Amino acid sequence: MPMSISACLRYAAPQAFYALAGRLVPWFAVAAAIAAAAGLYVALFVAPTDAQQGEVYRIIFVHVPAAWMSMFIYVVMAFWAAVGLAFNTRLSFMLAHALAPTGALFAFLALWTGAIWGKPTWGTWWVWDARLTSELILLFLYLGYVALNASIDDPRRGDRACALLALAGAVNVPVIYYSVQWWNTLHQGASVSLTRAPSMAGTMLAGMMLMAAAFWMYSIAMALARVRCVILEREQESIWAGAQFSSELEARPA
Amino acid sequence: MSWGSWSEFIAMGGQGAYVWSAFVMCAAAFILEPWLLALRRRNIVDYLRIGARQD
Repeated sequence: MPMSISACLRYAAPQAFYALAGRLVPWFAVAAAIAAAAGLYVALFVAPTDAQQGEVYRIIFVHVPAAWMSMFIYVVMAFWAAVGLAFNTRLSFMLAHALAPTGALFAFLALWTGAIWGKPTWGTWWVWDARLTSELILLFLYLGYVALNASIDDPRRGDRACALLALAGAVNVPVIYYSVQWWNTLHQGASVSLTRAPSMAGTMLAGMMLMAAAFWMYSIAMALARVRCVILEREQESIWAGAQFSSELEARPA
Repeated sequence: MSWGSWSEFIAMGGQGAYVWSAFVMCAAAFILEPWLLALRRRNIVDYLRIGARQD
């Protein structure tokens, strides 16, 4: 087996990944803060006023990255669920569990910022159109995943039940993405596309990309920090998990 | 975009309530989630410490 693959597989053990994640979290947190500072500066001070919408369009700088992350995190979560089901690797299920709450948060933020943007531009907080409804279903899928995981006492059964839910719900992600093409909707089309030139000013695009990078780094930091909690909670009976803190104990007065 | 003054910046062309409630909710979320996560970690770490003390 090549060195790199065996090195990767070593981290499939929760105990090894716990330490690796602990080293990575601060780096992703700092990267998120730097990208957010740069992104907010471009979004609020550099990007020009929109010709049609005025200043309210600036919601785009949080709305679009949040919506992207809500979909992307779901895809990653479903991927780890599939890996867990296929190879029965405990860490894969744990990673999926760690991603769900952050994904739910971004789905909520996409809906919240979208409603606030909808009121001044469409004249309504909410319409039951394809894009908005499918994003709401995404939020319910995340919440259902979290609730299902919390309601099953046997962790191994919970892992499999959650993984099936994650995989079944994955069909919703392309529905969200293509909803603006498949149906007549109030929601505008894609702001950024790989196949055609961007329809927005360069500084607007730069601000959005910086904010997307910030959300991305934040999500990784949160998922890694949460998977460390999940690992400790799952492995609490093991010797290594207890030993993590017994040495710290000696330094503290009893 | 160069703003004439801070009050102009806050007003966001009269749409400040919309713009800022979107940004503030995001900021609140990015403070709340790490805080809840720190509480969750504190819980399990305290539990493991007690276990280690009993060993």
